Amino acid sequence: MGSQNFITAQVLERVEEELRGFRQAAKARVAFLIDGNGQLLGQAGDATKVDTTAIAALTASNMAASKAIAELVGEEKFGGVLHEGEDEHLHLSVVGGIAILVVLFDAETSIGLVRLRVKNTTKNLEALLIQGAEEGVSEEEDLSPFAEITEDDIDQLFL
Amino acid sequence: MSFINYSSREINCKIVYYGPGLCGKTTNLNYVYQKTNPDNRGKMISLATETERTLFFDFLPLALGSIRGFKVRFHLYTVPGQVFYDASRKLILRGADGVVFVADSQVDRLEANVESLENLRQNLAEHGSDLDKIPFNIQYNKRDLPDIASVEEMNGLLNPRGVPVVEACAHTGEGVFDTLKDIAKQVIMELKKKENT
Repeated sequence: MGSQNFITAQVLERVEEELRGFRQAAKARVAFLIDGNGQLLGQAGDATKVDTTAIAALTASNMAASKAIAELVGEEKFGGVLHEGEDEHLHLSVVGGIAILVVLFDAETSIGLVRLRVKNTTKNLEALLIQGAEEGVSEEEDLSPFAEITEDDIDQLFL
Repeated sequence: MSFINYSSREINCKIVYYGPGLCGKTTNLNYVYQKTNPDNRGKMISLATETERTLFFDFLPLALGSIRGFKVRFHLYTVPGQVFYDASRKLILRGADGVVFVADSQVDRLEANVESLENLRQNLAEHGSDLDKIPFNIQYNKRDLPDIASVEEMNGLLNPRGVPVVEACAHTGEGVFDTLKDIAKQVIMELKKKENT
């Protein structure tokens, strides 16, 4: 799976708007989008009780392992992965080979509804990410600190 | 691959600790976890076997502070060292911004170090990366044990390129932060280089 190495405020806004719409339609608790390396791209819903950094790292590895297993049995990929718990369930789906949509849901909804809504949303998210990559980073926003960075700046990080 | 979130002004980088089985990769991360202010670290995740051997990876997210208004975070990963977990190692290496090779200094582990380093080179190549071109350092671990190889001998076997080397004893913490600081510096300076080209 590929991944992109930045997200701008504008793209994040569009991604989170799509995620909010999805979450309502699917009646899911939390929905978030991560890249193939486990970086969180955006989220919708109350994620205060969820360690999104850890879930992002684990789900990205999980999906990478699923893809490797799929290839071993002659499939290009497995479409979606469902982890079913007592009360909480997690559905993972690939977003056009660019990212992963992670959906946390409970008894308020059903796996059928989640899967139905995931189909459209993954297509929309893919289009948004591709559009964002094409737009790139505007000059006003591109205030990357790297160009002027010094070794002293880095040493400060470890004090 | 580093990731920049322009909305939250965050930069995330991935560092992978590589090396042969039982060389001390997880011990490095455990020490960093224990000695880091809880406000600056996330949960450490270890996917290990019942006998506490790494099965898939360990993961530790660290927030180091800010550089010119951007929060800098490092995601530290270890790979499973045992030879037969190669498929897992390949997955974890993907997108690494920098690699720490933890070498076991004991004389009877020299061959395992050489094999693991060659395996690292091959697995990076499969991802289109070249070990000679990415941020990379070597930690000579277990310097407190008897029957260890000299630094010169280990350099001859593992470090012909002369990358930065740190002597360490990960279970007491000696050299652990020096190793992390060096690779973090290399990763950030590499990002600067890319920015300026």
